[in-house]
Amino acid sequence: MTELTSTSPSQEDGHENTPAKLGHSPVAPIPHRLRVTDTDPKAARRAERQVASMFTLSMVFIILAVIAYTTIDKFATIYIPVLGEVGTSNVVLGFTFGIAVFLIGAGAIQWAKKLMPDVEVVQERHDMVSEKSDDQLAAAQYERGKDESGFARYKLIRRSLLGALALFPIPLVVVLRDLWITPADSPSPTEILSETLWTSGKRIVSDGTYVLVRPEDLPVGGLVSALPEGIMEVQEEEHNMNARGKATIILVRMDPDQIRSQQGEGWDYNGILAYSKICTHVGCPIALYEQRTHHLLCPCHQSTFDLADSGAVIFGPAARNMPQLPISVDEEGYLIATQDFAQPVGPSFWERDRT
Amino acid sequence: MSTTADHPVEKIGEASAQYVDERLGSNKFLGRNLGKVFPDHWSFMLGEIALYSFIIVLLTGTFLTFFYNPSMVEVIYNGSYVPLKGVQMSEAYASSLNISFEVRGGLLIRQMHHWSALIFVAAMAVHMFRVFFTGAFRKPREFNWLVGVGLTALALGAGFTGYSLPDDLLSGTGLQIIRGILQSIPLVGTWAAFLVFGGEFPGTDIIPRLYAAHILLIPGILLALISVHLMMVWTQKHTQFPGPGRTNDNVVGYPLLPVYMAKAGGFFFIVFGIIALIGGLVTVNPIWIFGPYTPDQVSAGTQPDWYIGWLDGALRLMPNWENVIAGFTISWNVLIPSVIIPGILFTGLALYPFLEAWASGDKREHNLLERPRNAPVRTGIGVAAIVFYGILWIGGGNDVIATTFNLSFNALSWTLRITLIIGPPIAFLITKRICLGLQRKDREKLLHGYESGRVLRLPHGEFIEVHQPLNYKELAVISAKEDLAVLPAPEKTDADGVRNPSYRVDQLRHKLSSWFLRDNIARPTDAEIEAGQAHASHSAALEAPLNAYEELDQDPVGHGGVLHHPGMPETNQEQIDQRQ
Repeated sequence: MTELTSTSPSQEDGHENTPAKLGHSPVAPIPHRLRVTDTDPKAARRAERQVASMFTLSMVFIILAVIAYTTIDKFATIYIPVLGEVGTSNVVLGFTFGIAVFLIGAGAIQWAKKLMPDVEVVQERHDMVSEKSDDQLAAAQYERGKDESGFARYKLIRRSLLGALALFPIPLVVVLRDLWITPADSPSPTEILSETLWTSGKRIVSDGTYVLVRPEDLPVGGLVSALPEGIMEVQEEEHNMNARGKATIILVRMDPDQIRSQQGEGWDYNGILAYSKICTHVGCPIALYEQRTHHLLCPCHQSTFDLADSGAVIFGPAARNMPQLPISVDEEGYLIATQDFAQPVGPSFWERDRT
Repeated sequence: MSTTADHPVEKIGEASAQYVDERLGSNKFLGRNLGKVFPDHWSFMLGEIALYSFIIVLLTGTFLTFFYNPSMVEVIYNGSYVPLKGVQMSEAYASSLNISFEVRGGLLIRQMHHWSALIFVAAMAVHMFRVFFTGAFRKPREFNWLVGVGLTALALGAGFTGYSLPDDLLSGTGLQIIRGILQSIPLVGTWAAFLVFGGEFPGTDIIPRLYAAHILLIPGILLALISVHLMMVWTQKHTQFPGPGRTNDNVVGYPLLPVYMAKAGGFFFIVFGIIALIGGLVTVNPIWIFGPYTPDQVSAGTQPDWYIGWLDGALRLMPNWENVIAGFTISWNVLIPSVIIPGILFTGLALYPFLEAWASGDKREHNLLERPRNAPVRTGIGVAAIVFYGILWIGGGNDVIATTFNLSFNALSWTLRITLIIGPPIAFLITKRICLGLQRKDREKLLHGYESGRVLRLPHGEFIEVHQPLNYKELAVISAKEDLAVLPAPEKTDADGVRNPSYRVDQLRHKLSSWFLRDNIARPTDAEIEAGQAHASHSAALEAPLNAYEELDQDPVGHGGVLHHPGMPETNQEQIDQRQ
C-alpha cells in the first residue's frame, strides 16, 4: 500500500508517471504558472475556508430540506414571478436539496482547482495489440482445446451440436405468439380492424353526455363528437376502450348545396355528415374543424381533409380519405347509422385492401 | 504493508484494504490505477453528464416504482386534485397523479426523473458529436463507438417507454401513433401491432408491458453497455487533444487520485444539484392538465419529448405516398419516416468508422484527437447529418411555429420538405470550404507566423507587416496535423496482363479515398515550419524598440511543439507502403 500514501505514483509496473514540468515530457516542456494558492499561504487558507464553508452550507441546506418536507403543507401553493402559481413544497424541497447537493460538488471542484496539484503529468500509452508471445500462447491454447475436444474430428457431433444450438431458441420466440391470447374461433386482426359497433339502425349518442342526437341538435357549421348508443355497456363488458377507439365519429352539418361529393349516394342526412374521428395516417383522433372551408385538421401531423368532398386529403401525410359513415333518422327522429363503415377506419395496414 | 497511517480512521482503512486484498488481490489493481492519468478538456465532460444523469434517472426511477401502479384497470379518481375528482381513469394514471399530489416530494422526484432523462439523451447526443467531429471513433475505439450507438438507440427506447407510462391523454396519443407505425410494416405489421398491444388497440396489456421494458429490460441492457463503454475507455485510456507535450503515445492530464476523482466526483454532485433545482423550479410534463387517456380524444399542439421530435417531424413532412401492390397495402407515408429513415441513420452511424477507415486506408492507432478542420469531409458529413436531423426536428414543431409566427402552414411544410433535400448537401459544401479555409490559414501561420497587424517602416523606406512567431501552444496544436495520401488508383491488369479480380472494389475505394482526402491542404514540412517561424521571429525582432514595452504582457515563447509523432510515416509513399 505504499503507493496509496506516497506522493509519487507507481513507477514499477511500466506506467511511468512523472510530472511533465520536470522535463520528462517526450516532446516539449509543459510550462506551469504558480497559482496564488501555491505561493501565498494566506490565499491557500482562504481557499480552504471557501471549500469548508461550501460543505458546511450544504449541511445547512440539507437540514432546511428536511424541515421543508415535514412542515410545509403539501397542498400549499405560492406565487413566484416567472414560475407562476406553484406548489410550495415542491419548489422549496427542490431548491434546498438542489443547492445542498450542488454545494458538495462546487466545494470538491474548488478544492481540486485551488489546493490540489495543477501540474499535468504524463503517462505512456501502449498499443492495444497483444505481444507476440501472448498471441502464440492464445493460438496454442486454442489448438489444444480443438485437439482435446475433437471438435474438428467428430464431424457428426459438431454438426448436430450446431443444429441443436440453432434450434433451441425457437420455442422462446414461439411462446411470444400468445402475447395476444385468442380463442379458437377468434376473428383475425384484419376482421377485427374492419368491424365497428355501427350497424344498420344503431342510434348515435353524443360523446361525454351520451344522449341521443336529433338532427335539430346540430347547428349548421357545428361539429359534434359522437359514439354508438350503448358504448358504455360494451366498455363495461369488455373492460377496455377498444370499441370506442374504432367507433368514434364526428358529425358535421353544412348547407347541403355545399357538399360536393360523398363516399356513397345519400349518405348524409339533410347536410349532416358522419365521418370516422380516427385519422387515416397513424390514428390520432381529429376534431379541429374549420367550418368556413369544411377542412378537418389532424393535430398530430397536420393532415387536412375536406369534409365537403368525401373527406379527401388536401394536405399532409395521410394517404386516404376519412371513412364516411352513412346516416339517416329513425321513426322517432333520432340520428342512426344505416350500416357499418364501408372500409376499415384508422391507419392503413398490410391486409387492408383485401377485406 | 508499511504505511505512515497514523490517524485511527486511516488505520481502519489500511486494515480493510489488507483484508480485501488477501481475498481479492485488489491492491495490485489499486496500485496500478489510482495514479491513472485522465486528460482534461471541457468537452470530455459531456459523456460524464450523460453518465451522471443516468445514475440520477435510476435513483429517482426506483423511488417512483414504489408508488406507481402499472395497471389499466379503470378506477374513479378520488384524490386531492379537484378538477379530476370523480373522473374515470386507469390506475396507472391515478397513481401517477398520486405521486404528483399525495406523496410529499413525489412531484419533485417525478420531475427530476423526467428532466434527468431529457438531459441524459441530450448529453449523449452532444457527446456523440464530440466523438464524431474529433475522430475519436478511429482505431482502436470503433467498438466503443458501436456501443455508443447502441446506447443512443436504447436511450430513445427508455425515454419513449417512460413517456407512455402515466397513461395521460398525451402519452396515450403517442402509443396510438406507435400502433399506426407498427401497422405500416409490410407483411408482419398487423400481427406485430396485435401482439404488442395484446389484441386490439388500446387493450389493457400495453402499460404493464411497457413498464417491464422500462424498468427492467432496457435499463438492464443500458447498465451493462455503459459498464462495457467505461471499461473500454479505462483500458484504452482516454483520447486527448493535440497540445504541448501531447503525442499519440502518451496521456497528459491529471491522476485519478486525487484531482480527477475530486473533479469528476464533484461534477456528479453539480449535475445532481442542477437537476434537483430544475426539478423543483421548472414544471415538466404536467400530466394532470391533459386528463386521462381515451382513444377518441386529443389535445391540440401535441408535442413529444424533444428526442422523439425528429421522428414526429419526419412523419409530418413525408408526402402521402401509399401503394396497393397485389392487394397488399404499403404505407410509404408512415414506413419511410418512422422505420426506414431511422434505420438508415442508425446503420450509417454504426458503420461510419469502418467506412472511413476503409476509404482512408489508415490502420494506425489514434489517441490524439483530430481537429474538425483537418478532416473536412468527415466534418461536412457530420454537419450535413445535423442539418438533416435539425430540419426534421423543426418539422416536429411546424404547427407551433406556424401558429406562433402566423405563417402559412402549407408553405412552411413545403419549405421544410425542400430544405430537407437540399439543405444537407449545401451544409456539406459550406462546411468543407470553411474547413479548407481554416487549413490554409493554419498553413500560412506555420510558414509565416501570424499577422500582427502592425506595419513597420524600414529605414530605407519599405513598409512591411510584422509577422509574429506562433506561441508554443498554437504551434503544437497546429503542427499536429497529419496528412494522409490518397490511395492509388488500381490497375486493370497487372504487368503480365492478368485481370485484376478486385478492380471494381479497388476503384471504388480509390474514389472514396480521393473524395475524402484530395482537397486537404498539405502541412508544411518540419524544416519549412522552423524556417517560417525563425523568419517571423526575425520580422518581429525588427520592432525591438516596441517590444520593450510589451514584454511584460507576453506569454513566454518557446519552440518545440509536436512537430513529428514517433511512428508517423514521413512521406506519402511510406504511408501507402505501410497500409498495403
